[in-house]
Amino acid sequence: MNSDQITEREFVYREKIELRKKLGQIFYLTLVLAILFGLFMLAVLLIDVGIEGGPWLKSQIFTNYHSRFPEEAGMKSAIVGSLIVTLLTGLFSFPIGVGAAIYLEEYAPKNKLTDFINLNVNNLSGVPSIVFGMLGLMVFGRMFGLFSPNSWLVSTFNIPVNDGSSGGLIFNLFTIPWLEIHLPFGRSMVAGALTMTLLILPVVIISSREAIRAIPSSIREAGYALGTTKWHVISTLILPISMPGILTGMILSLSRAIGETAPLIIMGAFTYVPFLPESIWDKFTVIPIQIYNWITLPQADYRIHLAGAGIIVMLVLLFLLNGIAVFLRNKFEVKW
Amino acid sequence: MIYRKIFSLGSILVLMAVLLSACSAGNATSPTDKTPTLAATSAENEGNSVVDMTPTTASSGDIIPGLAELSGDVVIDGSSTVYPITTAVAEEFTKVAPNVRISVGLSGTGGGFKKFCPGETDISDASRPIKDSEIEICKENNVEYVEFTVAMDGLTIMVNPENDWLKSVTVDQIAQLLGASSTITKWSDLDPSYPDEEILFFIPDPDSGTRDYMIEIVKGSSGDEDLRQDDNTTFSSDDNVLLDGIENEKYAFGFFGYAYYVGAQDKVRAVAVVDEAGVAVLPSDQTVQDGSYNPLSRPLFIYVNKASLLEKPQVAAFVKFFFSDQGGSKIMSDVGYSMPPTGTYESNLDLLASSIQ
Repeated sequence: MNSDQITEREFVYREKIELRKKLGQIFYLTLVLAILFGLFMLAVLLIDVGIEGGPWLKSQIFTNYHSRFPEEAGMKSAIVGSLIVTLLTGLFSFPIGVGAAIYLEEYAPKNKLTDFINLNVNNLSGVPSIVFGMLGLMVFGRMFGLFSPNSWLVSTFNIPVNDGSSGGLIFNLFTIPWLEIHLPFGRSMVAGALTMTLLILPVVIISSREAIRAIPSSIREAGYALGTTKWHVISTLILPISMPGILTGMILSLSRAIGETAPLIIMGAFTYVPFLPESIWDKFTVIPIQIYNWITLPQADYRIHLAGAGIIVMLVLLFLLNGIAVFLRNKFEVKW
Repeated sequence: MIYRKIFSLGSILVLMAVLLSACSAGNATSPTDKTPTLAATSAENEGNSVVDMTPTTASSGDIIPGLAELSGDVVIDGSSTVYPITTAVAEEFTKVAPNVRISVGLSGTGGGFKKFCPGETDISDASRPIKDSEIEICKENNVEYVEFTVAMDGLTIMVNPENDWLKSVTVDQIAQLLGASSTITKWSDLDPSYPDEEILFFIPDPDSGTRDYMIEIVKGSSGDEDLRQDDNTTFSSDDNVLLDGIENEKYAFGFFGYAYYVGAQDKVRAVAVVDEAGVAVLPSDQTVQDGSYNPLSRPLFIYVNKASLLEKPQVAAFVKFFFSDQGGSKIMSDVGYSMPPTGTYESNLDLLASSIQ
């Protein structure tokens, strides 16, 4: 009787294990399908763009400006504009974002104000990009009209108002001009980069915080146990150890910034710019704006072929950026 | 170890900064590097053109002396309809005046005036005349302007090529079909002899000057202040979306700019529009230019800041070039628009001359 029960149980168990194995296989197949869906779509995109734009990917793309003849049209100023705006965005957002993250993780007291800041940082990352464009236009582009030629501020302090590539406030250090500021920022690359900085800042802060939080508290405590100060622990332990994570978040955010169109158009980036910028205060355009413009033109050569070639250029830039991210992450990786 | 990492991070930052400054420095010097070669080629071109042109007409060098020495910025913004014309003229102008930097934005007619009236731009592209509310803002900012007609654009009423019943429409019918108070949902509502099928409307969205133009026509006929927006209506600012819709739906009805229709004549069919005299006229280069495709052809404008004309010689030179035989008239057919009635460019030049004095 007793042995009978066991065999019966065993039988039921065996039957169930078959079912479980099948379920496991179905789950596995679902997962494979999920990853294949993404890869398939990427492959379709790459092949389509490659076929349409590949043959048009000639040197004229890099040496010419937009032209009314598709065979002669290029995007030289857009490529240069994208590179400089992205670099500037990186230079602006790295110190601000990492600084905010360190404050929130290491210094901020646990109170209502900190909770409020946390909530808003998280909410900001979900704000549509076009809203940041309008903000950028008012705050950086026009500066609320504070520096329009006939405002009281300008007439009282005699500020040189200049919305162009030259002029502006120039600061000298031993007769060497080291800083030049144009007020208002106008439709310049600085205004564009600052707008982009606002756009990616929430993501930079959140990913930097994650990286800092991932450090075991034993490391911190070991530092304090040696009698070092907070500043010393942060600068010699926290920052170097979390650097790979911070840089990853940083570069992924920059990859997003390089593909954004709407905020820059609202902010006042131009579309047809047949010259290279002379300074970071100059007018500019970027690759996605150029692609968007070509897609809206009626001729198929612009809409399909040149836009495809532009997309290839932008994808290569993106892959390069991501490659740098992987390289930096491996370089700064700390092995325990 | 950790110091070394910080050091290498610092050095990467410094490298980035150096790279950036090198970038801008390189760019600062590049124009001067390029000027000789560009000037040389343009001089060659000019030389050629002088040889070619002297027997027939005056060369561009004679029309506007000293183009090659001009420099400075010309800032243009506004309608996406006028954008192809302005950029094409700018492209030609840059060949003879390589040091003038022309930048053109694409923020729509209304968006262009929002930047033009506070004095942020020199020239504003417009697919309709300036509105009273915009004139007010210009006055507040003491911005005076000159209006020039640069080209003609036609609205084209379009249906699917398989549509074999609608041969021509009157303006009143267009207003009945497209007005906000329209009760028409089926073709048979318009005329009992038409098919008893739902009409699908494809209409440009509110950002477009093309739509503003149609609203004015509808308003003049039925008094409606806006176009219809119901379940049968598809809006888009992208003319290609409208084109695809009309191409694929047998019972579609829509409209967009004549320039887009010219590139899509094999996909959709234009409908003749009955003018005031009762004659049905199909849009063509000929009928749009001479104004007989009426009232669905319209002039396109540029508005030029008067202070810019007086203070910036490059702006005056660009406008003058626009109306010379090297400018607008040379590129108009390439970009798919029609020239305004004969004599418009000549009177534009007179207007320009009197504005500069």
